[in-house]
Amino acid sequence: MTDKKSETPLVELRDISLAFGGIKAVDEASVSLFPGEVVAILGHNGAGKSTLIKVLSGAYSKDSGEIFVRGEQATINNPRDAKSYGIETIYQTLAVADNVDAAANLYLGREILTRWGTLDDVAMESEARKVMGRLNPNFERFKEPVAKLSGGQRQSVAIARAILFNAQILIMDEPTAALGPQETEQVGELIQALKRDGIGIFLISHDIHDVFDLADRVMVMKNGQTVGTARTEDVTKDEVLGMIILGKCPDGAIPGPGAIQS
Amino acid sequence: MTHQVKEVRAGKAARVEKESIFARFLRSTEIDARLLGMLGALALIWVGFHVYGEVVNGFGAFLTPRNLWNLSVQTASIGVMATGMVLVIVTRHIDLSVGSILGFCAMSMAIIQVWILPELLGLGHPMIWIITVICGLIIGCLIGALHGYLIAYLGIPAFIVTLGGLLFWRGAAFLLARGETISPVDDTFSKLGGGPYGSIGAIGSWVIGALACLVVLYMLWQGRQKRKRFNFPMRPVWAEVFLALVGCGAIIGFVMLVNSYPWPKGIVRQYAAANNIETPISEIFISHGFAIPVIILLAVGVGMTFLATRTKFGRYVFAIGGNPEAAELAGIATRWVTVRIFALMGTLCGLSAVIASARLNSATNNLGTLDELYVIAAAVIGGTSFSGGIGTIYGAILGAVVMQSLQTGMVLIGFDAAIQQIVVGTVLVFAVWVDTVYRKRAK
Repeated sequence: MTDKKSETPLVELRDISLAFGGIKAVDEASVSLFPGEVVAILGHNGAGKSTLIKVLSGAYSKDSGEIFVRGEQATINNPRDAKSYGIETIYQTLAVADNVDAAANLYLGREILTRWGTLDDVAMESEARKVMGRLNPNFERFKEPVAKLSGGQRQSVAIARAILFNAQILIMDEPTAALGPQETEQVGELIQALKRDGIGIFLISHDIHDVFDLADRVMVMKNGQTVGTARTEDVTKDEVLGMIILGKCPDGAIPGPGAIQS
Repeated sequence: MTHQVKEVRAGKAARVEKESIFARFLRSTEIDARLLGMLGALALIWVGFHVYGEVVNGFGAFLTPRNLWNLSVQTASIGVMATGMVLVIVTRHIDLSVGSILGFCAMSMAIIQVWILPELLGLGHPMIWIITVICGLIIGCLIGALHGYLIAYLGIPAFIVTLGGLLFWRGAAFLLARGETISPVDDTFSKLGGGPYGSIGAIGSWVIGALACLVVLYMLWQGRQKRKRFNFPMRPVWAEVFLALVGCGAIIGFVMLVNSYPWPKGIVRQYAAANNIETPISEIFISHGFAIPVIILLAVGVGMTFLATRTKFGRYVFAIGGNPEAAELAGIATRWVTVRIFALMGTLCGLSAVIASARLNSATNNLGTLDELYVIAAAVIGGTSFSGGIGTIYGAILGAVVMQSLQTGMVLIGFDAAIQQIVVGTVLVFAVWVDTVYRKRAK
């Protein structure tokens, strides 16, 4: 959208609409993401940001609009389709299976099998130890059901699961909402590392302070519509707050259909 | 940083020291405390009935080889279905139709082997029982798959679908043979239900026992090797030895028990006459050994445990039970898994139908009535949680043994049917309450 126009976006959502009953949760919203870029999707609770992103991750089916992955039109009807395009999601509700252990969660849906076709728990746990060691070196409770872990630990399990399979597009819904300061910092470092690997990341948050410093661009939604997009270097936090609360687009931003005409 | 780590380690060490000997024993051997509790309850029931009989009736009939052997045979039909019910309940569903599916499968198999196949192949043809059993399993599987399809793809609650199935298949079983009782079944087929001829004898039982011991030892050894290879914490050697001794001891004890129950005199006389044995009847001791239905149950138990813990399918079942939404988001085809669970449940009903009708040597219209309640009770007493995600196959089999022990025990000491029902109902509710308390504590 900005100086990267020449490049093909990693993923592009064009005019996505989705209604629940009579309520338009997402109304012709568009957003794009380039390799190695972090785009924060901001808005109030109920602004439609989670819904928009669930269309991309396959949890919801869109009513209209188009999705392009690496310039090619993509069909995403369920989470499996999304994963096949390299799209991994970390959900706000930390969608983990509470009653199985960390390794089982990391490989859920993509288990490592032995040559007999049975689960290779030892290999999975060994890989899980490697990934978790990088992410959260203090993590030791591999044998316990995830339900017994703390919020931060569950979050690291969810993140580890996403990066374990070489995601190219990572969606993080309120990634730091459940975390303490130290863990939040860890997630920040992790995001920097993933950026360097050329992974594109969507951060979804209703709190601008969580994500402003991490993001390259912001996209603000209000009442299901796009208020505008802006590079974080072109706008201030206060201006972005104005976009979130009032729907007022500052000069440094590209206004969308949801912006108030002033 | 290193300082912190040291502190953490020190804290851990202190915690380890504070553990009681019992807790340390459980941790080292990795034995589930629930399992011990269930075995304790079972021992209490057995000894209780025996002592009660001894004191009140002057004869303790419970802890005799004959009763325990019969108990093992009577458990088989419910036990087989209970293993499948675990998976159903773990995914937060229920199956109320298992008794009726059993009845329908039994009736279909009786018709196939008594009315149809003898016409085609001739009476007593050796293939009759094989074809019959295969047909029974397929019919059960298809019925289960149909239920699963209605539940998973049409979104009808399992309670309703299987409640409908409960009525439907019972009625269908009646229509199949216009309410007739079909008897006797094929000779070879009837051996699948147990009885003196449907048991494998002393030598066969020892062979199976020895194989089972080897499997136990191999699994312990292999588990240890794997942990060593990946540098995981290992059980102390004494704990491994303890587990090996207890495992093999239990197997050998079971073999000795079933071998110490001789054929009844009448059967021996018949057998001696048929085989021209000259020895006086009173001197012949022929062991029953394992009854075939018990071997079927044990095989199903091992197979289902393998399925539940070692395969993708089993992993998905438990993940769906723990958090259906997360499982779907992780890319698991939850609907298809549901269909497979119910198809498996139906197949197991077919297998139970084989055992139940073979044991009766006939198919009656009310075969399997109320079985669904005993099966669900067995699974729940065995620790399967209705809130989903929790349950074990061995627990359900033990639960079936507990249910059957209560029933047999009360018959032996002469309680009438009304009191039996009251006791079974009370035990079911009590067991679930104890389990609820235990789980709260464990958290």
